[in-house]
Amino acid sequence: MSTSIAPSPTPAPVLISTRAGTGKVTMAHVVNAEWIKFRTLRSTYFTLLAAVVADIGIAIASCYGAVDRIQHPRHEGPQHFLQDFSPAEWSLQGYNLAQLALGVLGVLIVTGEYSTGMIRASLSAVPRRLPMLWGKAAVFGVVAAVLSCVCVLTSFLVGQSILSTVHVQTTLSAPGVSRVVFGTALYLTVIGLLSVALGTMIRNAAGGIATLLGVLFIVPLLVEGLPTTWHDHIAPYLPSAAGSAVMTLKQDPTLLSPGTGLIVLACYLVAAYVGAAVVLKRRDA
Amino acid sequence: MIEAVGLTKRYGPKTAVQDLSFSVRPGIVTGFLGPNGAGKSTTMRMLLGLDTPSSGHAVVNGRRYAEHAAPLREVGAMLEARAIHTGRSAYNHLLALAATHAIPRSRVEEVIDLVGLREVARRRAGGFSLGMGQRLGIASALLGDPATVILDEPVNGLDPEGILWIRNLLKSLASEGRTVLVSSHLMSEMALTAEHLIVIGRGKLIADTSVADFTRSASQGGVLVRTPDSVRLAELLGALPEVTVRTDDSDVQLLTVEGAQSERIGRLAAEHGLVLFELTPQQASLEEAFMELTRDAVEYEAVVTPSKLVKEPAA
Repeated sequence: MSTSIAPSPTPAPVLISTRAGTGKVTMAHVVNAEWIKFRTLRSTYFTLLAAVVADIGIAIASCYGAVDRIQHPRHEGPQHFLQDFSPAEWSLQGYNLAQLALGVLGVLIVTGEYSTGMIRASLSAVPRRLPMLWGKAAVFGVVAAVLSCVCVLTSFLVGQSILSTVHVQTTLSAPGVSRVVFGTALYLTVIGLLSVALGTMIRNAAGGIATLLGVLFIVPLLVEGLPTTWHDHIAPYLPSAAGSAVMTLKQDPTLLSPGTGLIVLACYLVAAYVGAAVVLKRRDA
Repeated sequence: MIEAVGLTKRYGPKTAVQDLSFSVRPGIVTGFLGPNGAGKSTTMRMLLGLDTPSSGHAVVNGRRYAEHAAPLREVGAMLEARAIHTGRSAYNHLLALAATHAIPRSRVEEVIDLVGLREVARRRAGGFSLGMGQRLGIASALLGDPATVILDEPVNGLDPEGILWIRNLLKSLASEGRTVLVSSHLMSEMALTAEHLIVIGRGKLIADTSVADFTRSASQGGVLVRTPDSVRLAELLGALPEVTVRTDDSDVQLLTVEGAQSERIGRLAAEHGLVLFELTPQQASLEEAFMELTRDAVEYEAVVTPSKLVKEPAA
């Protein structure tokens, strides 16, 4: 059975209502919406707190450790320990753990929407889709940059004051030191932003976080196992190594120059966001 | 106004929606009906641009959904119950959606009151019951005060009071001149709220009809007659052309008459002085008629599959 009736010409009444305002979807509105989403989840604060505690906590612990080793030298003597000692980098080691916390948060702000179904509401409101990705990246990028700067500066200043008890501290005005300090903050921000793009491409929290861990920790190990000629051509260009180039005070022949490291990180960002944009635009939500 | 033209969605070898064309007019509630898995949700997702059609297209108020400058003010949709982050409160959820269109806070408060979620608006949506989740979904749909409202199975999980509320809401939205498309797998529910029906099965259009027409075509049941003079009445009725009478083995007083209206049976009995205890027109329920319709679609598929298997050479 298939009946159909000719649609009677019902005049469409014009609905005039100002209850919902007259605003359009603009980039500024989308950024505001993403900011509301970001700050209204408890998990945001837990993860950010974890990043702060990890970064500053490790700085304090490792600097007290250094003081102890200098004051109570083992058999090789304090000079041996101090040979390669760089007080700036020593106080910033917490970035290793902080990058994980920021990375997890970056993955979660996207994949949390997919796992809960929120993404359908988000994309219904912003059906062109890409503004949502840029909005998330902008909000998360600013938060990560500010938080990283605060963490890294605090770690550095607290760390140096601890190290000053044995007179091995340095200052921000020493050559290269401010580059290392702010380079570390920049690296943390880049890892966070890369994670947002990873989350957008993978859409699944476990998969996104596993990929992040793989890129940061497993791939460098695998590359270590390659033949030397291959290894030397690949290893310096990995994200973690490019980051090290930016965060290392002394020139290291196995690393890129800080400038080149920065360019490599920028290339990763561009590539990841191109991939994320293509996936977001093409795949059904 | 919603217009779908040749909408088709394939997932690999499976076709979820096939060459679906229909239009939904403003000012009435249109029911979008089909059994589970018929392709209703997929179609609605294509209307909103969440899924890209394999072919065909859909326009809302003359444009594709994504091409509107303020989509939430054109179309408000509730797809599946939960499109809400479980860790966020209802209020903040609506606030974030509103922010994309600079919809004022006052409107957020308004829709919260409209759906009756004031008490729980500040609580995490993860703890919401199914009914509260549905209400929040409807609040999201109405946020932009849209001219077109699309709701996927809105009565799912609602208590009788909630169902009544939805019915009245849908009718009032339509009476304001809005286009209202509501999906359901319950024919009986649609019979109470919708004026027009689009019925699909296995991704294909089965019927595009008014509810009145559908009801009429579904009501061709017989008339139940209970009389102590059943033998005599059966004889009289059986003599009439195009009338068939069935007797009931377990109840000698009971007759089922087809081809004659109850008025005619009553008059005939009166003319011959026969006593009637009961005279009840039997209507095939809408639910049965709907199942009959969609069963056809299912059977059609079932017939095709074995013949395909026969034709294919054994591997």
